[in-house]
Amino acid sequence: MALSTNNVLLASNISVQFGGLLAVNDVTFGIPEKSVVSLIGPNGAGKTTFFNVITGLYKPSSGTVNYDGTDTTDLPPHKIAALGMARTFQNIRLFGLMTAEENLLVAMHSHLKSGILATIVGTPSQRKEEKESLDRAREILDFVGIGKWAGEYARNLSYGDQRRLEVARALALNPKVLLLDEPTAGMNPQESQVFIDFVYKVRAERDVAILLIEHDMKVVMSVSERVTVLDQGEKIAEGTPDEIRSNQRVIEAYLGKAKGGK
Amino acid sequence: MARSSQRKWVTGYLIAVAAIFIIYQFLFPWEGLPIGIYDFLQLWLPPTAVNESLVYVICALGLNIVVGYAGLLDLGYVAFWAIGGYCAGWFMSEFFYQINLHFFGSVARTAPGIHVNFWGVLLIGGLVCAFFGILIGGPTLRLKSDYLAIVTLGFGEIIPQVFFNGDDIAGFNLSNGTKGITILDPIPVGAKNIGPFDFGYKFIIFVLLAALMVFISLRLRKGKLGRAWLAIREDELAASMMGVPLMQTKLSAYAVGAFAGGLGGVAFATHVDGVYAERFNFSISIFLLAMVVLGGMGNVWGVIIGALLLSWINSTGLPAFGTTFNDKFGTSINFPSFTFLLFGLVLILMMLYKREGLIPESRLRLILHEGDAEEDLTSKESK
Repeated sequence: MALSTNNVLLASNISVQFGGLLAVNDVTFGIPEKSVVSLIGPNGAGKTTFFNVITGLYKPSSGTVNYDGTDTTDLPPHKIAALGMARTFQNIRLFGLMTAEENLLVAMHSHLKSGILATIVGTPSQRKEEKESLDRAREILDFVGIGKWAGEYARNLSYGDQRRLEVARALALNPKVLLLDEPTAGMNPQESQVFIDFVYKVRAERDVAILLIEHDMKVVMSVSERVTVLDQGEKIAEGTPDEIRSNQRVIEAYLGKAKGGK
Repeated sequence: MARSSQRKWVTGYLIAVAAIFIIYQFLFPWEGLPIGIYDFLQLWLPPTAVNESLVYVICALGLNIVVGYAGLLDLGYVAFWAIGGYCAGWFMSEFFYQINLHFFGSVARTAPGIHVNFWGVLLIGGLVCAFFGILIGGPTLRLKSDYLAIVTLGFGEIIPQVFFNGDDIAGFNLSNGTKGITILDPIPVGAKNIGPFDFGYKFIIFVLLAALMVFISLRLRKGKLGRAWLAIREDELAASMMGVPLMQTKLSAYAVGAFAGGLGGVAFATHVDGVYAERFNFSISIFLLAMVVLGGMGNVWGVIIGALLLSWINSTGLPAFGTTFNDKFGTSINFPSFTFLLFGLVLILMMLYKREGLIPESRLRLILHEGDAEEDLTSKESK
């Protein structure tokens, strides 16, 4: 499948400096509409830092982030999220003592219009809004396959279901871009395979582009339409999974350089 | 499940309210009441103590929104109580005798001073406090929890000091200093005016205010804002990444909490029929916090129990126990002086053995008892 040339998200010439450390160096990265792209690289390559720049947690030292026609470089995270950029976390960060459906309702916060007084009084429009958002939350939970746990505290779900709930919560933001930070960390091969199918399903049924940060090469190579490789803060390669597999610099970054001679 | 237990709580409280109202309104003034029973009630359950404890309930419910729901530690809540109290002092007495302003007041129109209707003053007190809540919260809520606690502590010290020394602010008498502002207008209810000694009717008014705070707490908790508060308490970073504006959400918790403090302050002023700066001391902030912690953070029903219990022990229980004890054994131990020793001890024991409070919110119990969480949850749900 050919990638769309329209980028829903474009990060241009991003650099991030922590004191003397250049964590990300002049990286340009676009996410085409409705695509699945991956960002890989050895530990400390700057993947998560780059992720945090896109989502507004860090401000880049230089460069701009443009999301769906809006310059989001200087926006606070909650505004970027409200625009429709949703993420999951490397180590699951659910609201553990809220139910699964409440987790989703929190993510709908920016879409709900009722004010304090309307909530206290319980105006008809507030009730309607609450009911609609609850229906939508249940629909999303059903979509990711954990509908039966809607009323359960998030922390009581199994690991795999918590991962699904994180994706569901992200989907509740109605995102155009879904950023998954190491979603299969801690999963065994079977679970990873289930997760791959799940990513396909999300992509097929929701109009959303997916950016994946992942260590599991099997997952990366099977779901990505494009793979970008970071090493020591720099983009060293970008291309289809097949191109990346045979790229000399990538192999060096992961396995080290062969010492000259033999 | 949750709903039926809620109904039980409401029914229980309503029965208690009805019983106490009957005792005050009909049993107390009744000539035929045996003197023994009268003395017993006067010693163990005097009307003033009950009404005062309701003021604590109103304020503790407000603090519960800040501490219990949003997870922000506030050690200076007494400031809102004081501001609310002075609103009552300013707007329903003859204190500003230079001005003659009446707004549905309960006194003759010729009386000097500002005389706003009690119900209007409640609203003013609440809104002024909410405003101060936002004012103090704006710059401080960016701080992390411990630092926030220290700043609120300072705020709680400063405001009462301002009132304490406020009898001459560049020639302007703001608070009448240590003398305080006294003789407040009676509370108008229909054609009747409720004066300082109408305990029974004032009791009902305070109950209504507390009920209002319960209603507001429960409604907000179920809605968009309440979920955002809990989300922030659970994981601030994740909440902001899900589109929850942190500052705005925390500020709203502060404002609603402060609003309750204002209501409590106005109620307290009518309860003691005056406003005295020295009564707004640091210990009230700690006292309220202890009520929220003891009762069970985040659970309104538990917080009410905590507030009633601690307030009663402080105002009545301990002195009455002391009197009885001293009479019986001929000792002269000053029991009320051990109040804070007792509360300190109770809080330490609570933290050691029952950190979730007497009647905890079921969620909180889970955090604090990691090990037996599963079992706990299932038993809770099946009820």
